[in-house]
Amino acid sequence: MKPSIQNHWITRREALKVGIAGAASLALGAHEHLIAAPAATALSSSNAMAKSVIQIWMWGGPSHLDTFDPKPDAGRDYTGPLDKPIKTNVDGIQIGQLLPELAKQADKYSIIRSMTHGINAHETASYLMQTGRMPDRISYPSVGAVVSKFRGYDAGYNGPIAPYVVLTEPQGRFSEAGCLGQKYKPFATGGDPNRNRFVVEGIIAEGISDERQSARRQLMHDLDTLGKVMQDEPQFQKHDETEQQAYDTMFGKAREVFDLSSVDKALRDRYGRNTFGQSCLMARRLVEVGVPYITINYKGWDTHKQHFQLMQRKLPEMDAAMATLLSDLSERGLLDSTIVWWGGEFGRTPKVLWEPPWNGGRGHFGQCFSVVVAGGGFVGGHVVGASNAKGDDVAERPVYPIDLIGSMYELLGIDTTGSLTNPLNLDLNILPEVSGNVKSAGRLKEIMSI
Amino acid sequence: MRALHYVVITMILVMASCATLSGSTSQPIAPYEQSSEFEPANHIDEIVLESLTASDLEPAGLCSDAVFVRRVYLDVIGKLPKPNEVRSFTRDKRLDKRARLIDKLLERDEFADYWSMKWCDVLRVKAEHPINLWPNGVQVYHRWVYHSIANNKPYDQFARELLTSSGSNFRVPQVNFYRAIQGESPSSIAAAVGLTFMDQRIEDWSDDDRTDMEVFFSYVAYKPTAEWKEQIIYLDPTPRPVIDAVLPDGSHVRIEPDTDPRQVFADWLIRPGNKQFTATIGNRVWTWLMGQSICQDSPASQPALLAYLQKELIKTHYDLKHLYRLILNSRTYQQSSIPRNEDPHAAEHFAAYPVRRLEAEVLIDALVELFGPAESYESPIPEPFTYVPESEPTVSLADGSITSPFLEQFGRPSRDTGLLTERSNESTVQQRLHMLNSSHIQKKIESSWRLNQLMTRERGNRGRLVNELYLMTLSRSPTDAEKAAAKSYLNDGDLRQGVNDLAWALINSKEFLYRH
Repeated sequence: MKPSIQNHWITRREALKVGIAGAASLALGAHEHLIAAPAATALSSSNAMAKSVIQIWMWGGPSHLDTFDPKPDAGRDYTGPLDKPIKTNVDGIQIGQLLPELAKQADKYSIIRSMTHGINAHETASYLMQTGRMPDRISYPSVGAVVSKFRGYDAGYNGPIAPYVVLTEPQGRFSEAGCLGQKYKPFATGGDPNRNRFVVEGIIAEGISDERQSARRQLMHDLDTLGKVMQDEPQFQKHDETEQQAYDTMFGKAREVFDLSSVDKALRDRYGRNTFGQSCLMARRLVEVGVPYITINYKGWDTHKQHFQLMQRKLPEMDAAMATLLSDLSERGLLDSTIVWWGGEFGRTPKVLWEPPWNGGRGHFGQCFSVVVAGGGFVGGHVVGASNAKGDDVAERPVYPIDLIGSMYELLGIDTTGSLTNPLNLDLNILPEVSGNVKSAGRLKEIMSI
Repeated sequence: MRALHYVVITMILVMASCATLSGSTSQPIAPYEQSSEFEPANHIDEIVLESLTASDLEPAGLCSDAVFVRRVYLDVIGKLPKPNEVRSFTRDKRLDKRARLIDKLLERDEFADYWSMKWCDVLRVKAEHPINLWPNGVQVYHRWVYHSIANNKPYDQFARELLTSSGSNFRVPQVNFYRAIQGESPSSIAAAVGLTFMDQRIEDWSDDDRTDMEVFFSYVAYKPTAEWKEQIIYLDPTPRPVIDAVLPDGSHVRIEPDTDPRQVFADWLIRPGNKQFTATIGNRVWTWLMGQSICQDSPASQPALLAYLQKELIKTHYDLKHLYRLILNSRTYQQSSIPRNEDPHAAEHFAAYPVRRLEAEVLIDALVELFGPAESYESPIPEPFTYVPESEPTVSLADGSITSPFLEQFGRPSRDTGLLTERSNESTVQQRLHMLNSSHIQKKIESSWRLNQLMTRERGNRGRLVNELYLMTLSRSPTDAEKAAAKSYLNDGDLRQGVNDLAWALINSKEFLYRH
């Protein structure tokens, strides 16, 4: 029997202090102790490996068979035309034939081939993959919001932009602040980093000179009659504070970070001159200035129809950008402290749907799919778990959403047994307890360097 | 030291009593106040004044007509008054013009729109995850809430219908009360009933009390039909014995086999003696209008105030419009928002009208009304109701699942829990960036035909141009200083750009963004 997540953590951390003899008695009272002092234990950055996360969200659910879990022996009904997987730079690991650049970087990432939750609906699966929970009465915050709380706001983050940035479009509630409140919403850039000028919503305005910006700001202050009468009003003071921060963001370092014009052209080309490629480059730049959590919402993976045509077009784009991101992070010495997490809400049906109206498409598939993790304390060059011969079920070592999320939290130094303070004053935990429909097969210790 | 203290206290007492008799020592502050006197308009004011005096607090001045007209429009119908509405109100010389305006606004369609929005937050009206009423259910439920409010349905009847109805979720709107609860277990239902009508989190009750309440909802049954997502909510017809049930106040009740236990509960809930029921609705309405609840367990506790609202509710047979009128006509409601005390507890005594940021829906509706164009919306799954007519304001959207990045950014509630605190009006950096510098807002201003029209019309008279912009955005005329500053800005460079910047500065002012 597996120990529960809570006990596991307590014994590991507390047993060291009290010695083995004391561990049993401590475990009994430990729950109470943690509830009593959640704030103090929420962040233990001393053992944190990772400082930032880049989440490549494969919006719609990417096919696992065509990317990181090829099944050439399953036959054409499973492989479609993509039946020739390629070797990687790690012995024994093969990946999809449209990912040659990533094949050269396999030593940097590990592939989880036994991710599972069994949900085939976008909304529920997206929520589950990004909160670790099944929908219930409360809307829980996404991993990004939780990380921005514990590694950002609560940890004295002082970067030039919000600690949770989305490139470029937000997914809505499934990846957002949930019940944590407005402050924890991600900053969604809008715009397109592949354009000549990346118009970042709220930061870079088109057609307004700096002189005009400052003149109209002065006008706004001159006309702030009510504000002047009510200077002691706490909400107005907060308003002024957020305004100052907004202007600091607009005219401070954030503007520089979002300006890609100074980046070496060859490097930009290697990332790929497309929205995803330049978003990956942008994500690296955000990591460099200390942003703890960046989500790249990569659209277009819900390929019910024209699946293989779309794979031919999209996978090379993904391959170049992601491979360059890994090598670029690594060359700059940032990969050790940056988790890169690739995956969507689910995989896609291993068996190709040849019949109309799909005519060679793949449907939603939550029973077994792949997730890739790299950096920040995740060691590369490994495969975790395995799917069966056709890729339609887990064969070895299932990995559930909270196993993945909990592992990342652990690498980030976030105490997974801590509580989530929230404006609704509800007594909530960072991760759900394992029971009923919340399943766990343990943290990804096999690929974690702590 | 002690003697000095005494003198100070005496002075404060004298000042406080002066405020009630011959006007305060402080002068009214233009353009926000018109008098410093506190003349009680009704019994609410007598209670509030007594509590203020007892705590040596001075009430804020009476708000000016300009502040009042803006405030009462926002609070009653969720919209800014139009410039001609502001003008006709300020020019009106009748002494009872405020009461007349209140009556007029309470009869407008937008009143029902705006208050439906508030109620649909409480009742969790949304099609998708995690409530899953589905679009059809949302539309019928919202329509029922809307008509209940428009027809001023007595509140006890409103509650009773929600608790005791049976039938299809697409045909009997009220049964969606049960559908909007996550889970079909008696404990989930009891928790939702406790929260909605009794302001109680029954999760905090003892196991025994909780089990007792759950009994009343133990025979609610659900079955599907042949129609997609249709569900029948009904009373389980399986024969059952007589139940000796215990009501939340501890009294015992016998439920006969042919009686719907939900009706027994509803009868208990809405009977006039049930203080929890009237306190919940009295306080909820007060909070919606006054920005904060009547504290029941603090030094500023005002049991007399709540008791008065409860008494009025019962006397008028749960006439909510009577309650709105009572509050809106009170001098307490019509105070300015400029406090005259430094005591941080003054707000709990209602010593001023509290400023609050406009709700997401109200703010975007005001911006669209000012500048256009209509907003577009999205929903987690495609649904027909995402195609909202351009003329329809955001406030009247039925479905909490239909949303936009702006609404999400500005704290529209997700309608997952039914808690009032789900709505967040706090100010964030992202919101400031959006208002100050986003293409969304900038495009609205730059492409506004109303600004274009205004500029063309008043090109020759910049004073009138500034005046009109002030009426449109802040519902008042500018002060001399403001007018001078604005005119001098317009005189530098391109006029349209100047007008755009002036409009930008006004919608980014605290006076625009906060109800006050």
